[in-house]
Amino acid sequence: MTESTTVTQQPRIRVEGLAQRFPTPDGSGETTVFEDIWFSVEPGEFVCLIGHSGCGKTTLLNILAGLATASAGNVIVSGQEVTGTSLERAVVFQSHALMPWMTVMGNIAFAVSSKWPRMAKKDLYAHCQKFIDLVHLTGSENKKPSQLSGGMKQRVGIARAMAIEPQIMLLDEPFSALDALTRGSLQDELLNICKETEQTVFMITHDIDEAILLADKIILMTNGPDARICEIVENTLPRERTRNNMHTHANYYPVRNHLIEFLVNRSVSFKDELASPDYDPRHPPVVGPTAATDEAGETGTGALRAQA
Amino acid sequence: MKSMSLKTRSIVLSIALLFAFAGLWQLMLPEGTGSAANMDPAYAALMGATAKGASAMPGPLEVAKQIWEHVLNPFYDAGPNDKGIGIQLGYSILRVLVGFSFAIVVAIPLGFLIGMSPLFYRALDPFIQIMKPVSPLAWMPLALYTIKDSIISSVFVIFICSVWPMLTNTAFGVASVRKEWLNVAKTLEVGHLRTAFRVILPAAAPTIMTGMRISIGIAWLVIVAAEMLVGGTGIGYFVWNEWNNLSITNVIASIFFIGLIGMVLDMILSYLTRLVTYAE
Repeated sequence: MTESTTVTQQPRIRVEGLAQRFPTPDGSGETTVFEDIWFSVEPGEFVCLIGHSGCGKTTLLNILAGLATASAGNVIVSGQEVTGTSLERAVVFQSHALMPWMTVMGNIAFAVSSKWPRMAKKDLYAHCQKFIDLVHLTGSENKKPSQLSGGMKQRVGIARAMAIEPQIMLLDEPFSALDALTRGSLQDELLNICKETEQTVFMITHDIDEAILLADKIILMTNGPDARICEIVENTLPRERTRNNMHTHANYYPVRNHLIEFLVNRSVSFKDELASPDYDPRHPPVVGPTAATDEAGETGTGALRAQA
Repeated sequence: MKSMSLKTRSIVLSIALLFAFAGLWQLMLPEGTGSAANMDPAYAALMGATAKGASAMPGPLEVAKQIWEHVLNPFYDAGPNDKGIGIQLGYSILRVLVGFSFAIVVAIPLGFLIGMSPLFYRALDPFIQIMKPVSPLAWMPLALYTIKDSIISSVFVIFICSVWPMLTNTAFGVASVRKEWLNVAKTLEVGHLRTAFRVILPAAAPTIMTGMRISIGIAWLVIVAAEMLVGGTGIGYFVWNEWNNLSITNVIASIFFIGLIGMVLDMILSYLTRLVTYAE
């Protein structure tokens, strides 16, 4: 994977110095949710953002989607600054956000006809059907969301986002409300779909294993208020990983332990690292924990850091 | 009794209560004492049956017979003061529907505006709060003076009383549409009009329909009083006319029919509400 990230084309998403501040409830000042956020997402890349609640993950995603406006900084998507929502940036909401009065087909057709208003009815339904089949909901086309299980609803949410064939998919903890079994099978499906379609994905999660399974790159955000990007972890596991075999890979525990260490300790203590002159918010440290990192730092952390 | 379903038992109980009520009614009827004996015969003739000893208060059987007569011949028209109850009810229903329809045309778009704009919500709130508690009949003199037509005035009164529940419910329904549905529409770059019709309207429809159901109930209450005031036609006028004829039998029969139509109107709106209600 390290070979594929050479800087030959402009990144799909570039986030430059993003900050979000809200007035405090008593109106006396401002609370900074996050500050000086810089990162980029390459085409076809699957990026996960991990952080504790309250660090502004959802706010950040809303800014990327164009649903919210940042207090400072820019988001540049395919060379264009984000000024509002776009059909090229599809969002999968945490609470699935399906319209309960529309059927499965209706929900997806609503999205598809928004993107291609002139599409003939027949083509429209055929197009929707393709994505209903893709998320394995064949046969449930005419059901209302209330007749579906939580996992099925989120599948519809994913199909709705994919059906408009966006440049980027933004997922806001899409599986957090699901039970472990459903979550697992949906992760597998998402992984397969993204592999096939080379979909660029930016996803928020707080599930470490989910991030290791799905992401090429994991962005670690410190606790809010005043959250920053702590570092960017390159996933050192081969892309052919599956939920069942990934824990057998030698790099699995180094990556996992690194992430846990971050969530447990460093997300709190990062304020000290910030003070260090080495920390550059424009180029947060990039690490790639591997089983061999200690012996051969060159192939792991060091090599990746050089590209950042 | 135990083997019967709840439904059957409730029907049996309803019928039993009806008979108990009718029986009690019959028992409590005043005995005719007849004051006509001490009267001037001409005066007694003028006073009619009451003075001759019979009470104007009918028994349940008389009322039932009268209702049945109305059912058999509801649409006869024997001049301005003698029309079938079906015609009178028809006039009232028509007025209610016309006033109610105008109220829909005004209240729903305005409710949308108020629900979507916090500015309009705050700006119009004092007017709505002052107008809402006013008895619609208080508008009648103003309507008669400005419109100069009693029929249109009664329609106007129906309009004014139907507008408030629909307006407040539409505004509330629109304002409380889930943010995430609006966000979905936004991320799909759905235009304002399409968002209004495909997202906000269906999302708020159950609340709007509830407002309409309250409105039609109030409208049906008010039309009787309005027609008593303006006269001419309608079930309200009919009731007042029968009171002037001292036909308590017909007054009671009218009460039954007014209740029946009110129930039917409510059932129709309740059915429509169920059509637009969605399970989450």
